[in-house]
Amino acid sequence: MGRVEGKVAFITGAARGQGRSHAVRLAQEGADIIAVDLCDQIATVEYPMATPEDLAETVKEVEALDRRIVARQADVRDKAALQAAFDAGVAELGGIDIVLANAGIAPMGAENEDRAAAFRDVVDVNLTGVWNTVEVAVPALVEQGRGGAIVLTSSTAGLKGIGGESGGGLGYTAAKHGVVGLMRGFATNLAKHNIRVNTVHPTGVNTPMIVNEVMERFLAQSEMAGALTNLLPVDMVEPVDISNAILFLVSDEARYVTGVTFPVDAGFTAK
Amino acid sequence: MDSAGQDYGAATGRTPVSEMGTPLDLGYPEGRRAMGRVEGKVAVVTGAARGQGRSHAIRLAEEGADIIAVDVPGDYDTVGYPMGTEAELAETVKNVEALDRRIVATKADVRDLTALRSAVDDGVAQLGRLDIVCANAGICTVQTWDEVTPQVWQDTLDTNLTGVWNTFVAAVPHLIAGGGGTMIATSSTAGIKGLPFLAPYVAAKHGVVGISRSLANELAKHRIRVNTVHPTGVDTPMVAGLGGLDAIIGKEPELGPIFMNTFPVEIVEPRDISNAVLWLASDESRYVTGLELTVDAGNTIR
Repeated sequence: MGRVEGKVAFITGAARGQGRSHAVRLAQEGADIIAVDLCDQIATVEYPMATPEDLAETVKEVEALDRRIVARQADVRDKAALQAAFDAGVAELGGIDIVLANAGIAPMGAENEDRAAAFRDVVDVNLTGVWNTVEVAVPALVEQGRGGAIVLTSSTAGLKGIGGESGGGLGYTAAKHGVVGLMRGFATNLAKHNIRVNTVHPTGVNTPMIVNEVMERFLAQSEMAGALTNLLPVDMVEPVDISNAILFLVSDEARYVTGVTFPVDAGFTAK
Repeated sequence: MDSAGQDYGAATGRTPVSEMGTPLDLGYPEGRRAMGRVEGKVAVVTGAARGQGRSHAIRLAEEGADIIAVDVPGDYDTVGYPMGTEAELAETVKNVEALDRRIVATKADVRDLTALRSAVDDGVAQLGRLDIVCANAGICTVQTWDEVTPQVWQDTLDTNLTGVWNTFVAAVPHLIAGGGGTMIATSSTAGIKGLPFLAPYVAAKHGVVGISRSLANELAKHRIRVNTVHPTGVDTPMVAGLGGLDAIIGKEPELGPIFMNTFPVEIVEPRDISNAVLWLASDESRYVTGLELTVDAGNTIR
């Protein structure tokens, strides 16, 4: 009997990295999964984004746990496409309990000549994409009348000004702060429906978004390099550390936990 | 996915209650997992005779921990309800032992550092190590500001703030010796909001956050994590003992809404706080420190 046995989770950015880890971790504890990912490149993002093969691997790993998964390629910026993916998953899996707005990009590279384009893309994906993810799911959550749990993936950059000075970096910091505002608003407004809303704030996580040449260059060049260290003696955390926080937040163990900005950051923001 | 995630996955195959030997009726029908989430660890819990403290001891024991329990300071002249008793502490012992876990229970007052040190040292000597610290013991009185006597102020700060400090001071050397650990201080929504008619309690519970933030920085190099939990009203003898609050709010109804939860629930159960404590106590939160974890049905977001 798993900790989220019989629940259904809608996860964006599920092809790899944290999103795949969340899908697998929740499936280990008994959940079925609706997985969404763009599986395509965005022009201002300088590291390779996820592929259809990555999403297929997530499907394989969830199915290996004897759980069901409905996977669709969809762009969180495209609300109609996202709604179609969500609806297909709910129809097949029989409901919705958990929403993880995880998809995000980090176009921090100083090579982005068009600062405005990088800013626009990251805000579109990391903030409007989160808004779209919650918006497509809330009507079904409310209509079902059995409550629900939503976790929005912010960042330490949602609590501190650490994204750097590029258009993409400033946009990243702005979007991740904006996610906290969305969380607080939704938490207050959805409480009457027994729907809880929290944010998680990871420090650097061992994923393709962080472990790539572009990010390494950003970190090497950053004047803030000294400030970009964790309190606990660890450089980077693993995707499963974020998944374990999310598992707690979406399980009934946290049935009265809502409105929390939840750092999983090795003490980064406690400094 | 690292080994931690894989282990948790394997841990979901629980032993059926029918095969566990000891029949359990503690309101936790699943019984103890085959491989608990804090298996083999040792936790010290202050205020463990009843209420949240007992619930934490049981929840941690369900998931495989042995317990060092501290309580029974004797009644306060300033507090309108009785403190945990020896009989209640004995009941906690019985509950933990029914889960086939070991427990060392000591009658001690968190205001008395010498006694607390002795209780923790003795527990560690018997149980072999220390991993988890729950600084839970606390008292509460309700009154308007002008009815806060010097003794009420002193008793509340001594117990709820200095008592947490003493608990950490007694425990940290053992955590360092063991190569790390996790400390959880019980604060309150009153550690975040300025709840009226509770000024000494609010001051102490805010202070608990200060202690935790400071030690989170200072002890990280020892792999010691420090976090706070912030419950809204919990169904315990302490809260049941706060009879005067409704009457005071009745006279100043404009101050009533600050006590209300956003969720359609007035009070939560001790087990809800224990589940948060368990998560912070387990390796699932191995990189979480400096967190103020509200378990408050949205009380503080209003």
